[in-house]
Amino acid sequence: MPEKPKVAFYWCASCGGCEEAVVDLAEDILGVVNAVDIVLWPVAMDFKKKDIEARPDKSITVSFINGAIRTTEQEEWVRLLRRKSQFVISFGACANSGGIPGLANQFTREQILKFSYEDSPSVSNEAKTRPQASCQDEGHALSLPTLHNVVRSLDQVIEVEYTLPGCPPTPKLIAGAVTALLSGKLPPKGTVLSPDIALCEECPRKDSKPADLALAEFKRPHSSPIDPEKCLLAQGFTCMGPATRSGCEALCVKGNMPCTGCFGPTSRVRDQGAKYVSSVVSNIVPKDEAGIDAVLAGIPDPIGTFYRYGMPKSILRRKVDLS
Amino acid sequence: MRIGFYICHCGTNIAGTIDAAAVRDFAAELPGVAVSRDYKYMCSDPGQEMIVQDIRDNKLDRLVVAACSPSLHEETFRKAAAKGGMNSFFFQMVNIREHNAWVHEDKAAATQKAKDQVRAAITRVRFHKALEKKSVPVNANVLVVGGGIAGIHAALTLANAGKTVTLVERDSTIGGHMALFDKTFPTLDCAACILTPKMSAVKNHPNITLWTYSEVSKVEGYVGNYKVTVKRKTRYIKEDLCVGCLDCIEACVFKEPKFRDDFNQGLSKRKPVYMSFPQATPKLVTIDPETCIQLKTGKCRKSCAEACDRKAIDFELKDEMKELEVGAIILATGFSAFDPKRHAYYGYGRYPNVYSALEVERLVNASGPTNGEVVLRDGKHPKAIGIIHCVGSRDEHTNKWCSRVCCMYSLKLAHLLKEHTGAEIYDFYIDMRTPGKTYEEFYDRLLQEGVHFIRGRVAEVNDWAMTPEEEGKLVIRVEDTLAGFVRRIPVDMVVLSQGLEARKDAGDVRRLFNIGCGTEGFFQERHPKLAPVSTFADGIFIAGACQGPKDIPDTVAQAGAAAAEALALVDAGHVELEPNTSHVVEEECCGCKSCVPLCPYSAISFDEAKKKASINEVLCKGCGVCAAACPSGSIRQNLFEDEELFGEIEGVLS
Amino acid sequence: MSEKRRFEPKIVAFFCNWCTYTAADLAGVSRIKYAPNARVIRVMCSGRVDPQFILDAFAKGADGVLLGGCHPGDCHYAEGNYKTLRRMRLLERMLKGMGIEDGRFRLEWISGAEGDKVKVVINDMVEKVRALGPLDLPGRAKGWDKELEALAHGVRKSEDKKEPTHA
Repeated sequence: MPEKPKVAFYWCASCGGCEEAVVDLAEDILGVVNAVDIVLWPVAMDFKKKDIEARPDKSITVSFINGAIRTTEQEEWVRLLRRKSQFVISFGACANSGGIPGLANQFTREQILKFSYEDSPSVSNEAKTRPQASCQDEGHALSLPTLHNVVRSLDQVIEVEYTLPGCPPTPKLIAGAVTALLSGKLPPKGTVLSPDIALCEECPRKDSKPADLALAEFKRPHSSPIDPEKCLLAQGFTCMGPATRSGCEALCVKGNMPCTGCFGPTSRVRDQGAKYVSSVVSNIVPKDEAGIDAVLAGIPDPIGTFYRYGMPKSILRRKVDLS
Repeated sequence: MRIGFYICHCGTNIAGTIDAAAVRDFAAELPGVAVSRDYKYMCSDPGQEMIVQDIRDNKLDRLVVAACSPSLHEETFRKAAAKGGMNSFFFQMVNIREHNAWVHEDKAAATQKAKDQVRAAITRVRFHKALEKKSVPVNANVLVVGGGIAGIHAALTLANAGKTVTLVERDSTIGGHMALFDKTFPTLDCAACILTPKMSAVKNHPNITLWTYSEVSKVEGYVGNYKVTVKRKTRYIKEDLCVGCLDCIEACVFKEPKFRDDFNQGLSKRKPVYMSFPQATPKLVTIDPETCIQLKTGKCRKSCAEACDRKAIDFELKDEMKELEVGAIILATGFSAFDPKRHAYYGYGRYPNVYSALEVERLVNASGPTNGEVVLRDGKHPKAIGIIHCVGSRDEHTNKWCSRVCCMYSLKLAHLLKEHTGAEIYDFYIDMRTPGKTYEEFYDRLLQEGVHFIRGRVAEVNDWAMTPEEEGKLVIRVEDTLAGFVRRIPVDMVVLSQGLEARKDAGDVRRLFNIGCGTEGFFQERHPKLAPVSTFADGIFIAGACQGPKDIPDTVAQAGAAAAEALALVDAGHVELEPNTSHVVEEECCGCKSCVPLCPYSAISFDEAKKKASINEVLCKGCGVCAAACPSGSIRQNLFEDEELFGEIEGVLS
Repeated sequence: MSEKRRFEPKIVAFFCNWCTYTAADLAGVSRIKYAPNARVIRVMCSGRVDPQFILDAFAKGADGVLLGGCHPGDCHYAEGNYKTLRRMRLLERMLKGMGIEDGRFRLEWISGAEGDKVKVVINDMVEKVRALGPLDLPGRAKGWDKELEALAHGVRKSEDKKEPTHA
């Protein structure tokens, strides 16, 4: 009997949703488990780093790594997995482009630590104690990973073969990727494993979009009623579907929420936020500065809105005046 | 990739500031560059031949030339590329003359800038794709807008060449400013004698459709294929029935003319039904809706209509919108005369005996309001007349430019006024500008006729008498810069030689036809020397004073040139369009429609069957707005693809 | 003592073909002298300028980015410059949010007849950006990524020792 392919799952800066997505394969997961040997899956099984280090290089067929890279520990792990794996799949928005943790690139490490350990309204820490990278406790040297100053996508730290988009990737896309890997029918290296066409393609509301958007105001989902049938952008919500890769089958839109762009841009676009601005803002009504500004006031946080999942992979990567 | 790079010295124009050899050597080291040369004049035959030969000998597949602005020689080098067997669009031009050598003095900085510019082009050109110009058929008909001497001459020239021409004129008659004049300088031949035959020829020419009292309201399409909408205002006269007998004018309920006669510059009155002047073409009356009782109140006994035995008057007629399809358009919309009220210190509008030059043209005209008798507004005949040059010209406060015609027409008016009145004529000038064939001779003649020429800019015209001789006179205060003291000249009549300026609505007209204006408001020619009647809109030409002040000979010459350019275009039968259009990559388009409303030419449509956007490349004018806006990067603009522009950005910065 | 060399800002200028590029040609024909810091990239219309281009220019090392188009109402393509204006109003807010100071990006309407305005705008921009100092995003990004070099080195060291750092 030939040896089963060895598979690793690892998580970095992420919410755990990507792990859930694997479990969401439901019965299909049994097929996967039958077909492969799982050698690492911290969320579900107990393996140690030394087990991986002990493996020969390239002995893991594929590592699925989710989460952004923002601590020394994450960086060590992914470098290790890279060395031990034939393929690395960047799994989910955080790994692919920084995701929600990537929004931290608007701040320095010091600003983040100060807020989290001192200034946050829910913190009580009069001594202003902060985690230390190393300390002595009863004669033992203890060490903790440190926080990077900059949040990075996985491919900004190690080379990756494929990318599975989404927050999280859908079971269908995961199953497709696993099938392709197991069957050896591999797409060219660098491929993003979802269709290279924007979301409107598969949006159920596509036909309700008027030819002339003529946006006179922008609305936000928490403060305006949402028509469940009509194109969300036409309603004035900053639905990022036109600037976002398809493959999710318009899950959010079907849940009556605008697309927030988690699948990232198509291969033709370098900066999803900038490109979306170029498109949607061209279509507002006013032609004078005051009128334009009045409409754009409906987008109070353009950076957080348009780079919700992608700041570390955007052209500027980070707020540029930070140390 | 094998890139050929060439840097032009342009004599010393470029090489005097930029170290051409250094740029050549720099380019030679850039990746993909197979040949790098410098040459004195790349645009010359040997320069082009060098490129052609290199393409063949060195199997070049990309070409970059650093020289002047692409607006000058892009086409030259594209042709050289094609001659060598390379697709013309594998070429990129670098503007190191207008954008560099001519605007910088620091040689090291200019050379560094040139290197950056060159690296950008060499990085960009790698991404160029083979393109073809599209050839589209050209409609052979031509529209001429404006029926002054320029429009008339252009229309006749084209019609004589067998082209079908539509001449659109806003006024009720053609003739323009020239029809106002009595004599023309320097020959003093009568304006009507030389103009009216041409006006008649327009009216009678089988190839010319004359639409007076009409205005262009919309222009769509592109070179060779313009669709123009013309508003034909109604005169309330059935044009095919009116014979111009003028019985209706006689019969009008207003027994006496009561309303300002615009043609006579307000020096006389007219009735609500009128014909501007006896030789008006077409010879049709017009009813002015602003003053006609029937049109204003509907309560007139309509004696004019009764008097017309051909029943040509119809108060129910409405404006009509007509559509035209033409291949080329000539704009000859003329000028406005400077309003002398803007120079309050010359007293125009305050002192009745201060006249504008155009008023005097009517006053000395045998068919004018006084039949050529120079009688002042107070009924007197002038014994002394002052003519003031440069009113609204060469003036920091109004118009800075020289209006070119004022010196000569002032001399003409001086001659005519002297001839008509025998008065003493004082002519106040800053500089006497008489550049033109036999113009200076005309000035000499006036000197001999005894006109008093005083060199100096007039400070003021007033009626404040300081001596008994000045009582009841207008006093012209001027520094006589030749005599070197300030003088006061008492006169009975003052003539203000008003300058020429762009029409008030030149900006609207310019937008309508999508051409440019200079800061002074005149229409902008494509090139001041080499393309003086072309504009930045292909197929739209300009002639006459709408392009800048000019006299009749120059206007007619320019009108002929515009006609020849239009003829060359429409006679070719087809025109090649720049390939810088955009297209949607169908398999990449998600059908979000974001691009559809952004196109001002409606070139983008949504294919309901395929659920994709598509661009009609003939309607596309190549701005690239849609390519910038496509949120999934699925629209490409030829020659300005994302990769090409990102390459250029990288190139200028690395 | 050697004097410190004056900082020469790098300005990338996107000029529309019909107005601002033509104005720059006119400045040339008129021999109007201005600062040699701008590098012009020709586009047919300012509306072709994708905000990505501006970000990319900054990321690749521009200290300033100038975008020149036809005056409102005067666009050769009727309305392209209104699209430009709309995009840039938001982009300006975003640039500020991303820490790029006011004045490093500038949108100017320069008609084909305004050769002198090319000089005025470029000279003024060069002075203002000079006062702001270098932006040098490529250099800053290198600085940010030093933390990676340090760790890559640390990982190698720990692996050499075969001692796990964090289990």
